[in-house]
Amino acid sequence: MSSTKKQAQQKANLLQGTLDMLILRTLLYGPAHGHYIGKHIQRTTNEFLQMQHGSLYPALHRLERKGWVTSKWETAPDRNREFKYYRLTEKGRKQLLVEESEWKQMAEAVARVMWPAAEES
Amino acid sequence: MRWWQIKKHDADLERELRSDLELEEEEQCENGVAPEESRYAARRAFGNPTLIREQTRAVWSWTMIENLLRDLRIGSRTLSRSPGLSGIAILVMALCLGATTSLFTVVRSVLLRPLPFRDPARLVMLYEHFRGGELSYHPVAPADFYDWRSKTRGFEDMAIMRPAGYNLTGVRNELPESVGAEAGSSNLFSVLGVQPALGRDFTEADDQRGSAVVMLTWSVFERRFAGDAKIVGGQIHLDGRPYTVVGVLPSWFTYPHAGVQLWVPYKADASAEMLQHHDWHGSQVVARLRPDVSLASAIAQVGAIQYQNHLLYPQDPVAEEVVSRSLNEDLAGDVKKPLTLMLSAAGCMLLIGCLNVANLLVARGAARQKEVAIRSALGAQRATLIREHMAESVMICAAGGMGGILLSLGATEWLAKRWKDLPTAQSIHVDSAVIAFACALMFAATLIAGLLPALSTTGKSMLKALQNSVRTGSSSVSRTALRKSLLTAEIGITVVLLLAAGLLLKSFMQLRAANMGCVVDSTLTLQYNLPGNNYGTPEKQNAFHEALLARVRAMPGVRGAALGTTVPGTGYWGTDEFTVKEHPSLKTGEHLPDALSRWVDPGYFRALGIPLVSGRFFTRDERIERSYKVIVSRRLVQQYFAGENPIGKHLHVPGRAHDGAPNLMDWEIVGVVGDTLYQVGKEPKATMYFPILEGRSGATLAVHTATDPLQFSVPLQKQIASLDPELPVSDVLTMNQIIGASLVNANLSATLVLAFAILSLILASVGLYGVLSYLTIQRTSELGIRMALGAQRDQLLRLILVDGLRPALYGLGFGLAAGATAVRLIQSMLYETRPLDPAILVLVAATLLLVVVLACLAPAWRALRIDPMQALRTE
Repeated sequence: MSSTKKQAQQKANLLQGTLDMLILRTLLYGPAHGHYIGKHIQRTTNEFLQMQHGSLYPALHRLERKGWVTSKWETAPDRNREFKYYRLTEKGRKQLLVEESEWKQMAEAVARVMWPAAEES
Repeated sequence: MRWWQIKKHDADLERELRSDLELEEEEQCENGVAPEESRYAARRAFGNPTLIREQTRAVWSWTMIENLLRDLRIGSRTLSRSPGLSGIAILVMALCLGATTSLFTVVRSVLLRPLPFRDPARLVMLYEHFRGGELSYHPVAPADFYDWRSKTRGFEDMAIMRPAGYNLTGVRNELPESVGAEAGSSNLFSVLGVQPALGRDFTEADDQRGSAVVMLTWSVFERRFAGDAKIVGGQIHLDGRPYTVVGVLPSWFTYPHAGVQLWVPYKADASAEMLQHHDWHGSQVVARLRPDVSLASAIAQVGAIQYQNHLLYPQDPVAEEVVSRSLNEDLAGDVKKPLTLMLSAAGCMLLIGCLNVANLLVARGAARQKEVAIRSALGAQRATLIREHMAESVMICAAGGMGGILLSLGATEWLAKRWKDLPTAQSIHVDSAVIAFACALMFAATLIAGLLPALSTTGKSMLKALQNSVRTGSSSVSRTALRKSLLTAEIGITVVLLLAAGLLLKSFMQLRAANMGCVVDSTLTLQYNLPGNNYGTPEKQNAFHEALLARVRAMPGVRGAALGTTVPGTGYWGTDEFTVKEHPSLKTGEHLPDALSRWVDPGYFRALGIPLVSGRFFTRDERIERSYKVIVSRRLVQQYFAGENPIGKHLHVPGRAHDGAPNLMDWEIVGVVGDTLYQVGKEPKATMYFPILEGRSGATLAVHTATDPLQFSVPLQKQIASLDPELPVSDVLTMNQIIGASLVNANLSATLVLAFAILSLILASVGLYGVLSYLTIQRTSELGIRMALGAQRDQLLRLILVDGLRPALYGLGFGLAAGATAVRLIQSMLYETRPLDPAILVLVAATLLLVVVLACLAPAWRALRIDPMQALRTE
């Protein structure tokens, strides 16, 4: 494992608390299967967030237990095979809003501490 | 998600992971990776699928149940590998838990569960209390009660009752029987909050002298009147007089005890004199506290009134104070102490049982030490390991607990039957609180038996454990220390139990051997009570008594017949206060001396073998108005006539004014006789004997026979029936039965505590044996080396023995120290036995040491026969 990759992984671990939010946000575009969700997050962050499957699947099952997503076996449009598609529920949409606003507050708070001058100007 | 759908969910997860993995593989292929290479690339990108699956499964909440089931499976497998040992452990736990649960059931029913009355927390019993008197709770005089009730306001209401007894004869020639009864004031049932099941309660108008109404309890209603509701409003005959039945009490109402068959109004057959006198102590008072008044202030009010009475009647025995206790405690009386003792003994035994199982598990844990170390090196969490280790103790305790509850169902019934004088106002049965208690016990036992070994097995740093397991015999110094301290505790508790058992047993032996002061063997007693309508005068009563005595004395095989009101060994009954006429009068405020009052016929002392010390017995001439003679016991002379001759002196007995001559209360002492015990286990008390020919209705006939006394019971009853076929006879018992009955409880508590102690001793010695065997095996190679270097066998024997005896000696020391304080608590239960009886102390220590040496000797012996070569090769 290269040292940069290690760093990225550490960052990913730091952000683990936000994994639920990221998954919910990804599903906002429409239903997707686990593999796609992981790939999407990885790609969107330019491979900065390395998606660990060991945390992705438990997270998906956790969200399903909470009723924020539902799952269904559906045939993929481009492949002739069935995948387990996850779909955002109404409850999940609300949860996403909640987590988003919490995250925003958090980020702003951190920013105020880190760059106070920028805030004043 | 339901946990029984686990298979389906598992398959679903596997399919999801596989399809996503395949997709990854395809994408790799599309990106230009060679097909055979693409699979490995996909795997690399994906990570370990098994791990992912496990992590995902952990999200499902039933992993806990899964783990639990797995642990239990492993636990049961471990247990079934040594079925004998596991069986014994379960049996021990069942016995210990069962015994404790049974005793708790009795304690709960007798002491803890409130009586089934309305708002029972506000009900109390009130008693008088003489400062410096023998009795803590002295029965109440009705005159005092009426003052309390009318002059204080702390109680909502108070009611009074006293025991009574009647001959119940049928209207249609049914068999006569003598029934136990209570006389209660008209408000008694409303104070208790009890409604009659049929008919009505007593009214104020019923509670008058001469009224002839009666309430039946459910048992006599069912038994004698076949549960026929028509009896309400009908008549029954008590002592030959017709009484109207006004009501029937509900079936659950067995207060104050199950022997009460009838209730009559309090004043119905009490003389006006009795009700007005402040010295006629014989009643119980039950009072209901006002909700807004504290018990202390209510008692203080009543106490103030009582003290006024005490000052008003300086010559009469009027108590200074009023005391109270709960209804439960009132009924439990003397059984509270032995009951608590037995419950603690059973609890000690349970603790020993737990420690033993813990010891067993520590030994098992030792064998798995290496495995545990390897597993924790591989990343097993300590909590997981502890949980696994607990599984065994959970299974042992759960199985033992189930067995214990089943056992206690039977044992409770046995105990309730065997125990004399257990209050019968409430049924004794296992209820939900008892089950909850048993479960809590089980849980505590599991913790004690399981957590200790689990902590000790898993707590070690793994490196140490791995190093240790290599070769040396000194592997587990700390674990051995733990086992030894468990043993010390076990032996200490055992010593306490043995001490208590030994003392109770010795006390019981002393009771058995107690000298009653009269003939005991081959003596039959029976009681009768002459009803007032046929035997209204002393002449008629005497005629019956004398005719009966003459007939019985003429029967073949009868050595002697005695007639008295109360024969020795049957209880305290009544006392009377007296002064000696020839002595200077007492200072005001000084207590009048009192003595037991008995009435006897002229031949009583000779027939019962009570020796005459000086003077003479009564003559047949001393009867009715010529009966002003009294015989006193040696104890009375010792207490009140120190250094003088009592013969010819006079006792002034205010409570014994002679009928027809109320101003004459002086009785001339004509004789002194030897002391007898009114009850086994109590000190003899000063006694006054009055002539029964003064005219008494109730009497006890005691017949000393040449052969087996029980053979005489039918012929004696026939003699009575030939004199009066309507007269019922009760309590046909031999003297030995009477004395034996009063020893039943002493016997029961001694036997049970001894059984607990012996079981504890066995448990402790088995534990010691186990620990020592284990140690010896551990030290095999060390012993081999010692032998090879030339150690003598007796040196090795000493080495092993000292190892085992040290915890035993510590335990003995602790046990003796703890026992010395513990036995003080049972001091009041002991009869002529000192709490630190040296013989018992020595016996206990010797027994314990003997058993301990035997338990140590077997493993030591085995160690001696080790072949040094083989020992060195053993790993």
